Amino acid sequence: MKPRQKRVAIAVGALAAVGVGVGLLLNAFNSNLVFFYTPTQVASKEAPQGRTFRVGGLVESGTVVRDGMTVRFIVTDTARTVPVKYEGVLPDLFKEGKGVVAQGQLGPDGVFAAREVLAKHDENYMPPEAAEALEQAAKMNARMGGTLAQGQPGAAGAAGAAGAAGAAVSPSAMGAGVGK
Amino acid sequence: MIPEIGHLVLYFALALAVVQSVVPLVGAHKNSTEWMVLARPLANWQGVFVALALACLTASFVRNDFSVLYVASNSNSELPMFYRVAAVWGGHEGSMLLWVMMISVWTMAVGRYSQRLPLPFLARILAVMGMISVGFLLFMLLTSNPFDRLLPAAADGRDLNPLLQDPGMIIHPPMLYMGYVGFSVAFAFAVAALLGGNLDAAWARWTRPWTTAAWVFLTFGIGLGSWWAYNELGWGGWWFWDPVENASFMPWLVGTALIHSLAVSEKRGGFKAWTVLLALMAFSLSLLGAFLVRSGVLSSVHAFAVDPSRGMFILVFLVIVIGSSLTLFAWRAPKIGLGQRFGVFSRESLLLVNNMMLAVATAAVLLGTLYPLFLDALGMGKISVGPPYFDAVFALLMAPLVVVMGIGPLTRWKNDNPGALFKRLRSALVVSLLAALAMGAWAGKITLATTGGLWMAFWIVASLTVDLKGRLLPAGGQANQMLNRAKQITLATWGMMAAHLGVAVFSFGVAMVMTFDVERDVKMGVGDSTEISGFTFKMTELKEVQGPNYVAMQGRFEITEQGKPVATVFPQKRIYRVQSNPMTESGVHSNALRDLYVSMGEQLPTGEWIVRVQHKPFIVWIWGGCLMMMAGGVLAMSDRRYRVKQGARATTGSGTEATA
Repeated sequence: MKPRQKRVAIAVGALAAVGVGVGLLLNAFNSNLVFFYTPTQVASKEAPQGRTFRVGGLVESGTVVRDGMTVRFIVTDTARTVPVKYEGVLPDLFKEGKGVVAQGQLGPDGVFAAREVLAKHDENYMPPEAAEALEQAAKMNARMGGTLAQGQPGAAGAAGAAGAAGAAVSPSAMGAGVGK
Repeated sequence: MIPEIGHLVLYFALALAVVQSVVPLVGAHKNSTEWMVLARPLANWQGVFVALALACLTASFVRNDFSVLYVASNSNSELPMFYRVAAVWGGHEGSMLLWVMMISVWTMAVGRYSQRLPLPFLARILAVMGMISVGFLLFMLLTSNPFDRLLPAAADGRDLNPLLQDPGMIIHPPMLYMGYVGFSVAFAFAVAALLGGNLDAAWARWTRPWTTAAWVFLTFGIGLGSWWAYNELGWGGWWFWDPVENASFMPWLVGTALIHSLAVSEKRGGFKAWTVLLALMAFSLSLLGAFLVRSGVLSSVHAFAVDPSRGMFILVFLVIVIGSSLTLFAWRAPKIGLGQRFGVFSRESLLLVNNMMLAVATAAVLLGTLYPLFLDALGMGKISVGPPYFDAVFALLMAPLVVVMGIGPLTRWKNDNPGALFKRLRSALVVSLLAALAMGAWAGKITLATTGGLWMAFWIVASLTVDLKGRLLPAGGQANQMLNRAKQITLATWGMMAAHLGVAVFSFGVAMVMTFDVERDVKMGVGDSTEISGFTFKMTELKEVQGPNYVAMQGRFEITEQGKPVATVFPQKRIYRVQSNPMTESGVHSNALRDLYVSMGEQLPTGEWIVRVQHKPFIVWIWGGCLMMMAGGVLAMSDRRYRVKQGARATTGSGTEATA
């Protein structure tokens, strides 16, 4: 080969290698995107089964049940709820009535099997995803108007509080998760 | 009174910084020596004032002055003195003050140690550093003043976040900031050279030790952060691909590329435009990191309280810095020469591969970090990018990088013969493959990922051995000359070898931990025991202990191996009194071969605890590798040629010296 042809061959080879590399990279990227769904979306079957996603909201008070290594709780956005089960050690700041984000898969029984649970890192903090879920539910409640609100003062109150929490998102820390 | 003094001197510092960023620059343009020589005293006085402000803030912490809002938010009268000082940078405002202090430290250091530089060049560098300083001082004074008063004063403070109450936290932020801000020196050198049109081999030689110094600090800061997370977050991971970790990792990757491309610029006059671009990018990515952390767009351990005006300020600053420096680059770059030609197989081409891989790796991390933010900003839903993406990308990119890392140092500049080189490295290739397989077999598992990771480590070691042997005992050389030859090897070369060996040690640790670590969550009461990897963990005691500002449940775990006692660890679950948050304090027994890690989860109603026990083989090698990389950087920047007068060595620019 002449030097010129050689250089062209090398350039083509390098471009092909870069192309394959970028392809692999984007493929890895695409298959590792984890989407977020609110409890309302999950409850209305908008979330996929058999694919890992995140769900977030508040840990409903009085729903945390420990059975040996397995723990079950309910995540709510004040409109709808999702039952969650998790095995292992929960993060330090996991608390009833506080924000939480769980990552895992939805089982056929409608129970979300979490592989990872993330909670906040200080008392002012609400995971942005959880805050968003609450905000959306609050908006929906507001849209449904006075009828519902009057009928369910508790829900409206919770939504109001959630809206306030959403506005005061002060991330000090996430990733206080535990997982395997 | 003390906080007001601190506040006032910050204004003095700002005024000096403004003068420092204008007068020397105009002086360099008008060629007026009187104007240019002002740069150094201005920088020094600015440094004095910033140091004074830092001292005032520290004094407020030490004196428990809770009429200062920042002190009240981040300290407490029960907080030990040790942490009260560290709390100075435990929150947003104080860490910005530390950041500004770091800029001053670097500026003064450049002024002090670069007096041999041509005066206009030095004046321009210091002016650019002054501009950066103006930006951050303004940011602090307009949006995040650490000296804001809280009137009436709080009775007591809200305490330092318990997570930050760890010795590693005292030095982690300063080291990391030294690294981030250190790249502003390379940035200033690049901008000054673009302005002055003196991008040559001498420029590269002046830039190199500063870049390496910043890189050393950044390496230390990141390594320390990883070690802290491992010990303090309580679940035994050492890297999480957390967006803020990524924010510090991107400048590191670009900085590593910059160090290597500077080698080409210095030795062969090549890659100059690319080198300048990398220098601009390294600092821009540091600023991006600051933006991500400070703006609150990220949810992370590191993100402090949200304030949109802060995010906005840094975003605007970022746009100005990147925009103006890239414009300058586009305007001036066409005048930069291409340097000397090089063959398809030469040290230049291998360093080009190195730079490509590091640049792509940076882009991949950037994509994974920013894409979720873009989607969110556009209202297209919330997503996150999982660690498997980053792991896959890095496995893919690091493999070719490590291959060329073994070959590069043995390759000649300009042109080399691949066949002859293959012959030299053939034995290294075979030995490293066998060693990887043997190691996997010994540890009990041979998979592609494990063997690949281990091979990378052994390949680097084997090729370094070949390289060293070639230098000490070249073909036809005599054994009794070895000592003399060793003395001739430059510090820069030793540094390169140490840093590459550090990569090997690091890779070895990562491969072993990722393949062979074992963790188990178990329910345990006093007297119960569990076994993993041949170690028996027995909980022998559970009691309450009092700390200075917390109470803790402390477990006592006796660890035995085949009946022989190995270690006793005392993990705790602490409740800090002020913020009343629980905190896991893990119990770790560490040696060169493995870590045994016990952390207490939560107490069950029955009184038993959920305990996580882990066996982590060779994990300390990860941080050991980081330390070796740092040591390599320190050796490289101590090389004699950076200290001797530039004229004496200017002619060896195209030399055959084998440093990279």
